Amino acid sequence: MGQLFAVEIIYRGVFQKTLAKNITRGIVLAAHNEGKLGISFGRYGDSPERNGIPAKSFAIVASDAQTLEAGMAQYEPKQVDVTVVLDDTLCKGAESWAWYGLHPVHQALKPGGTLIVDSLQDAPTLLKGIHRRQEPYKLGIVKGVTSFSGMWVYKDDHTDVRILGAIAKALPAVVSLASIEKFINEKLKNPLKATSAHTTFERFTSMNVKPGEGNAEEPFSFQLPKWNNMRKGVSVKGQPQGGPYADPVTKEVGGFRPVRNDKFKKYSTRTMRPVVNFETCTKCTLCWLNCPDASFDVTPDGKYDANLEACCGCGICEAVCPVPNCITMVAETAFDGNASQWEAFRKDKAAYKEWLKATVQPAGERSHGFRYRGQYKEQIPAVLEIAEKG
Amino acid sequence: MATIALPVEEKKKYEQEALITGAEAIAVACKLANVDVVTAYPIRPYDTVMQYISQLKADGEMDCEYIVAEGEHSQFEIVKHASVCGARVFCGSSGVGWMYAMEALTVTPALRVPMVAMVGNRALDDPGAFGVEHNDALAVRDLGWLLNWVDSAQEALDTALIAYRVAEDPRMFVPCAISCDGAFLTHSQALVNIPTQEQVKQFLPPYKRGDLLLHPDNVISVAPQVNEDWVMEVRRQNYEVTERACGVIREVYADFERIFGRKYGNPFFEEYMTEDAEVVLLGMGTLSTPTRVAIRKMREQGKKVGFVRLRWFRPFAGVELAKCLERFKAIGVIDRDFSFGSPNLSGVVATEVRSAMYTGAATRPPVLGFICGLGGREVLVQDVEHMTDITFEAAKGKAQPLTQWIGLRG
Repeated sequence: MGQLFAVEIIYRGVFQKTLAKNITRGIVLAAHNEGKLGISFGRYGDSPERNGIPAKSFAIVASDAQTLEAGMAQYEPKQVDVTVVLDDTLCKGAESWAWYGLHPVHQALKPGGTLIVDSLQDAPTLLKGIHRRQEPYKLGIVKGVTSFSGMWVYKDDHTDVRILGAIAKALPAVVSLASIEKFINEKLKNPLKATSAHTTFERFTSMNVKPGEGNAEEPFSFQLPKWNNMRKGVSVKGQPQGGPYADPVTKEVGGFRPVRNDKFKKYSTRTMRPVVNFETCTKCTLCWLNCPDASFDVTPDGKYDANLEACCGCGICEAVCPVPNCITMVAETAFDGNASQWEAFRKDKAAYKEWLKATVQPAGERSHGFRYRGQYKEQIPAVLEIAEKG
Repeated sequence: MATIALPVEEKKKYEQEALITGAEAIAVACKLANVDVVTAYPIRPYDTVMQYISQLKADGEMDCEYIVAEGEHSQFEIVKHASVCGARVFCGSSGVGWMYAMEALTVTPALRVPMVAMVGNRALDDPGAFGVEHNDALAVRDLGWLLNWVDSAQEALDTALIAYRVAEDPRMFVPCAISCDGAFLTHSQALVNIPTQEQVKQFLPPYKRGDLLLHPDNVISVAPQVNEDWVMEVRRQNYEVTERACGVIREVYADFERIFGRKYGNPFFEEYMTEDAEVVLLGMGTLSTPTRVAIRKMREQGKKVGFVRLRWFRPFAGVELAKCLERFKAIGVIDRDFSFGSPNLSGVVATEVRSAMYTGAATRPPVLGFICGLGGREVLVQDVEHMTDITFEAAKGKAQPLTQWIGLRG
């Protein structure tokens, strides 16, 4: 048995599919320059992809054909040498649209392997959101905005080759920088991209994460049923109806909170969350009515509280809310946990108002965006600068 | 047919005797079973049953929802949904109509829908033909459907009642198709004893779907997308049904005999003059008529030949059939179907019989395959004699081709 390597890319479904594919293909083609063999594939179960839902793409590289076959014998690698996270909001965990529960991003990472995250934040900040584990690993950042590079109308911002440069630094045994530069020059035919890969290779560093470091939260999980104890007829029992609940301050009972699916929560799909100004809410019901995931709880005082275990962050509530700045979509990186905003508001209105002021930036022009509306337009100069200067 | 002839005093118990076709007999069974929802889309030869049910409804004799769909796919989808909501349902089709419904047919076993359907067997286009061939119904043989072939209008009526009882048994909850040969059975009128409503009520309890009922008081979601994490477990549940099927069918036939007084003996296959037979022929459906006539003729000439008519194809009572067949010197299987490219290029039934005998039989008699009567061509008495002669040759140890076409020009 020769040398066998596996790299996985965790990405946002649809938006980053082409980017992830370009990276795993790049790994295989670059490694082939040094005589290695490999395959590149997306996880079949993720397809058809949903917008933003966590998905995976893989590259398997081997020194010879028989070793590659040994790697291919298990379709989805159970252990990888490098995990790349293309959107740092995924660091809080990834729940695929199959019923797997919430997986820590390093679930498949070998002890001592490297976790590479594309982010504008630094490693210690990101580590707060990444679940802790017993085996040590390395965490390194490729500094950049969340990229949709390769998708449709979006600019090529060199994220693909920058990640390749980082992989060559983290794991030179899988592919060398020289092989990557050769691949870029011969296949992509873009010397500027070779420079970008080179620059990232030189700048990339990683920190050692010790056992037990990171987010203490236990990611939710469940056992899949056995054939002889699961329901028959391909049927799933519906949730009970739900009902009123208590105001944390007055203890007054009212409103309505539906019982939600505890096996498929969807919140790791979210890159931005609705933040509600309960003081300006007019109880018009439009957010509650239009939410495609029935994410809003009706509060005992008749307002609408986005339940953040159920919210996918689609932003429809913000779009339909008739009151200016009453619901604002805010980048997910600003938050820890999924606690109720309305309960925080009820417990301390003055503090909530301060928090709102600090958290919500005026939405500005309503163009498209991944983290907040208007984001893309705002980021074009920065993206172009990274692309040109590396 | 000999096995169901009744003594006079037995007959008195029955409400009436009627001269009806096999298709009409099934319509009468639907009326007696008090079916709630019927869907229809015309295609020959199945359409006689839908015409007769609509007649019964128009005459006020039968109370049911009668929906004419815009095609077979919708036809089977509608009853699938109605059945999940607790309705006793009936539908059916023929030939390419059955194939057009195929997507709906594939999902009903996994969803545990006890739909009863009548397949008026018809050749698949092309070339266009109305006549019988068994390939239409056989297309669902691997999917979890219960499948049987009947050979008389009386058996069609009785088997329809049995089908509801078996399919709606909570241990089963799978669809059941009754195959009736086009023309020979669907369009031929014969004298049929129609049982009383009281007897049917005693035999067939109401359909109770229990916890699988789709109803506002029992909130469930049916048929979600599940992927590889669930599919194997779902398939294993249907496998469990097939493990139970023979036992349940045997139970139901015993109850049928007790309540209606008509004896079918072994539910899975019927033996004719096999006691001292050296060779037997085996087949399904109405080819039994010329076969029995030919056998009587050949017996007069001293040829010890018998006939085994397979009634239930799914479940396939393999062990029992192998035990029955192992005592003969040669077996000739008459297939009114084809399975191009199959082992030995035989028809479906011959291939299944060989497979059952490989594991279940103590002896290795030659099992010859005959392709005969395709597209509604008659299986003639002389064809049966010809097949019997070939089978006797094999019994004498003279090697014969494993598949032969009989009644073919050229």
